Amino acid sequence: MITLENVTKTYSGETTIGPIDVQIPSGGITSLVGPNGAGKSTVLTMMGRLMSSDTGKITVGGLDVKQSKSIEVAKKLSILRQENHFVTRLTVRQLVGFGRYPHSQGRLTVEDEHHINSSLEFLNLTALQDRYLDELSGGQRQRAYVAMVLAQDTEYVFLDEPLNNLDMSHSVQMMRQLRKAADELGRTVIMVMHDINFASRYSDHILAMNEGQVTHFDTCADTMKSSVLSEIFGTSVRIIDDVDGPLAVYF
Amino acid sequence: MANTTTAAAVTTSTFVSSAHRRRWLISLIVLALAALGLTAGILTYDNPMPFGSAGFWKIAQSRITTVLVIAVVAAAHSFATVAFHTVTFNRIVTPSILGFEALYGLINTAAVFFLGAVGATVTRGIASYFFQVVLMVAFATLLYSWLLSSKFTNVHTMLLVGVVIGAGLASLTTFMQRMLDPNEFDVLTARLMGNISNASTEYLPYAIPIVAVVAFWILARAGRMDAMALGSSVATSLGLNHRRETIKVLIAVSILMAMTTSLVGPMTFLGFLVATLAYSIADTYSHRAILPVAFLLGFVLLTGAYFVLRHIFYAQGAVTIIVELIGGLVFLIVIMRKGRL
Repeated sequence: MITLENVTKTYSGETTIGPIDVQIPSGGITSLVGPNGAGKSTVLTMMGRLMSSDTGKITVGGLDVKQSKSIEVAKKLSILRQENHFVTRLTVRQLVGFGRYPHSQGRLTVEDEHHINSSLEFLNLTALQDRYLDELSGGQRQRAYVAMVLAQDTEYVFLDEPLNNLDMSHSVQMMRQLRKAADELGRTVIMVMHDINFASRYSDHILAMNEGQVTHFDTCADTMKSSVLSEIFGTSVRIIDDVDGPLAVYF
Repeated sequence: MANTTTAAAVTTSTFVSSAHRRRWLISLIVLALAALGLTAGILTYDNPMPFGSAGFWKIAQSRITTVLVIAVVAAAHSFATVAFHTVTFNRIVTPSILGFEALYGLINTAAVFFLGAVGATVTRGIASYFFQVVLMVAFATLLYSWLLSSKFTNVHTMLLVGVVIGAGLASLTTFMQRMLDPNEFDVLTARLMGNISNASTEYLPYAIPIVAVVAFWILARAGRMDAMALGSSVATSLGLNHRRETIKVLIAVSILMAMTTSLVGPMTFLGFLVATLAYSIADTYSHRAILPVAFLLGFVLLTGAYFVLRHIFYAQGAVTIIVELIGGLVFLIVIMRKGRL
């Protein structure tokens, strides 16, 4: 369970986020959606304690992310931001190995190697494990980052736009793998999503934000309604019923 | 059974392959041998007394001081620069840019400006050495904790402020130098050029243990530094307290820089050169592999330059000149060949 109580954050006096009070249940995938500047990424980064909130309290799995020791939090949740750029040159395997840092502080044990192997396998990276990150395509690199986050072996996984820069087929692959991580590995995945159709097809819950406030938090089925989506995104959205479920059309 | 052995064989290593590891080890051995050879060269070359006589050892002993100075300077610059690069998440800007050398220049110039030529000797006592060191560390610590705890949390802002302060101090220094008597200016210039022969050897008993302790402290945190090098978000996600860690390391860096600058004066280019070449030679993220290479490179470069200047050109003056000339060329060649930093 992730609990946000009276969380606020103010940017440069003008833009404010919150106060947000919300409880996100454990298990499954929850997508954060909303128009640009709604505060989705900010909320995700605050939950992942990469940014501190001005007021309020955030607990993830019973751990207060602001008060608890960073290393303890790192065993409970992992977070991946949108842009990742490293000064050092790393191979895929070395990068994924860093995911084990909270558990081993840089001295990898046999158990760590097992986690690294299964993470690589899970994201089909075993063949690429000794390639340097700068030799990979954007999609492969994105998979490597996600593999690192999964190797951290945390109950909660926060991802900021994991489909950023991925083409159609890679996006589908990534979402299937994340779905598998939620279903088979029992991870609670929270992510910021841009594409409402991707979000609804693969998530269990959708949390919608607008102007720094949480406006809707519901199951996908209850969110995928013309009236609800039009209100969230501020543009008229039609719903088409496809064989696999509802599709939002907004062109 | 066969399956378990293959699974165990795949491990995550600092080096990509055994050839990579071998290359690193060979570089380390070659550098160590070069370091030993050059040390022996400095101690024995052109020693006027017959080998083995009492006088021979006496001369060698006095030359050992030079080697010790070089070791301290090499360790301080290499460790400070690599650690600085890691926590500031860049590989171009070096600690010198944060106004250390400018502050050193200002302290020395102010002493000559206010006290005349006597001032140049005033800045050379043990007390004033520690005064300079404390001043430089305090200056850096204040700057870092102010910048990192305020709202400009990003390193680039901090570097920019460092550059501006450095430039301000440098122009204050130049202003005072303009008004100096030519004789006093001459005395001062000798003091402000990085110069190994002119090192204040009376500081060595303090500088050696301090630099050694700080360098080992950095080496002991190599694993953390590897994670810190991934940037603030990833390091935090991996459970490091990024801000606290950054401040701690930057204080260590300022201690190292203060030690070496007060000992031999500014050597702006040395740290950058040594660190860049070490990254290129080690070609790994691991600080445990990079730091020893950087230190040995610094030592070899300085002993080599010192030896050549003293015994071949009979000019024991500014080692920095040769470091910047040869070092700069080597650096350009490496960049050209590799095509990346």
